[in-house]
Formats: sequence, structure tokens, C-alpha cells
Amino acid sequence: MKETVSSVVIKKEWDIVGARQAGRQLSQELGFGSVDQARIATAISELARNIYLYAKEGEITFEELYDLPKVGLKIIAKDKGPGINDLSAVMEDGYSTSGGLGAGLPGVKRLMDEFDLVSDEEGTKVTTIKWARP
Amino acid sequence: MRVPILKLHNYLLVSIQIELDDQTAMQFQEDLLSKIHETGATGVVIDLTSVEVVDSFIAKVFGDVVSMAGLMGAKVVFTGIQPAVSMTLIELGIYLKEVPTALDLEQGIIKLRQELEEK
Ligand SMILES: Nc1ncnc2c1ncn2[C@@H]1O[C@H](COP(=O)(O)OP(=O)(O)OP(=O)(O)O)[C@@H](O)[C@H]1O
Ligand SMILES: [Mg+2]
Repeated sequence: MKETVSSVVIKKEWDIVGARQAGRQLSQELGFGSVDQARIATAISELARNIYLYAKEGEITFEELYDLPKVGLKIIAKDKGPGINDLSAVMEDGYSTSGGLGAGLPGVKRLMDEFDLVSDEEGTKVTTIKWARP
Repeated sequence: MRVPILKLHNYLLVSIQIELDDQTAMQFQEDLLSKIHETGATGVVIDLTSVEVVDSFIAKVFGDVVSMAGLMGAKVVFTGIQPAVSMTLIELGIYLKEVPTALDLEQGIIKLRQELEEK
């Protein structure tokens, strides 16, 4: 059950790319297939962009999960931004306060296996896990 | 960094070989529209063979490019979308219904020619 933890600070627009590249690299090392690698990289891109757009800065943390024989990747996106106003609305496709497609959060939930969202005036934390298919 | 845009007869050819951050994607949109204006191109093929991640932002930019180019009289076709990218887009909930696609560059040009001749 040894867990390896690493993280990427999200502050500049380019950090969105940095985070998804780091996540893709990790997922490759963990043995995820190419479709799962794309799912993971895309989910990270969505979470990192939300941090950059709505909270200005935050952090994406990666945890390698070894629940042998299962191997997984846990991604935590955390910020101290304003939080999400309407928690029930954000999980509906098409809800956006920024003119985006509003696909971000519901999309991340579909791309990953486990998804948890906590948000209040102190900030937002999204925890999500993908398990590798052996 | 900028995405190079090549002109071939009345078509523009683009192969996206670099990692698209938001800034680069917006710059590309702008460059492509000015190039259409400059050259009077009637068709554009954008090849995505090397693109490994298309998230909601980039998808929106691609969709916008199609509509904007359309307003300027140019038809856009995307080619070479990787299987993993197409699966991820659908799971994200992005269908890009208005976006014409073809398997590869060659098919893309054939498709453009057909669509432009039909008019
Ligand atoms: N980290 C965050 N802090 C504060 N608000 C957030 C955060 N993440 C999301 N939100 C709010 O939730 C809404 C929905 O987010 P979601 O990512 O689903 O869509 P979007 O970012 O608006 O559009 P898209 O991601 O499709 O470009 C956002 O418009 C924003 O108001
Ligand atoms: Mg978003």
C-alpha cells in the first residue's frame, strides 16, 4: 500500500498543460492503456483549468494507489478560491458561469471511476480516482 | 509557439504537432482566420494525428473555428482524430456535431473537394 505522492502548482495558464503532461506520464508508468491515459490527462486539464479560471491558483496532487492487484491513480484538485455557488447545478451538463461548454465537472465524473466534490467559501476540493484495468 | 498554416492551391493545410495550451489555441484561431482572409481559401484541413488531448476548452475553440471560417466562406475538415481522443470527447459530453471529419489528410481533401463542388 505504499503511496507515492507528487504535485503540480497551478498558477499560470501553462501550468494546465504541465499538470496534464505530468498526469499522463504517471498514468503511463502505472500501466494505464492509451485511452485511459487520454481520459486522465483530459480530466486533469479540466480540473486545472477550473482552478486557473475560478480560483486563480491552487494545486493538483497525484497519489499512486496500490491496492494490489489493483493499481490506481488518485487526483486531488484543491484551491482556496471563492467556492462553487450552486453545487447541484454544476454537475449538470451545460452549466457554466463563464461561457464555457459546461462539460468540465460532469465530464470529469464520467471519465474517472470515483469522484468527490467538496466546496464552500474557503475553497474547492475535487478528489477523483481511476483504476487501471489489469 | 505558433501552429504553422500552409497554403496549397485554394486550401489551407494545418497539422497540429505541438501541445495546445489555451493561449496557443486562441492564437491559432486568430492566425487561421487572417490567413483565410488573406488568401481567400475556400477549404481548410486541420490534421490532429499528433494531438493526444482535446479538453472542453480546445473542443470549443475547434467548434468556433468551424463556425467562424464558415462565415468567411471557408469549409473546415478535421482529420486524424485518435481513437482515444474521440472516446474521451464523447465521455466529456462533447459531440462536435457540426464539425466535419475525415480519416486522414487525403480523405480530408477529397471531402472538401466534394463538398465545395456540390455548391
Ligand atoms: N475550482 C472552482 N472554484 C470555483 N468555482 C468553480 C470551480 N470549478 C468550477 N466552478 C464553477 O462551476 C461551474 C461549472 O464548471 P465546469 O468545469 O463544469 O464548466 P465550465 O468551466 O463553466 O465550462 P467548461 O469546463 O466546459 O469549459 C463553473 O462555471 C464555475 O462557476
Ligand atoms: Mg471547467
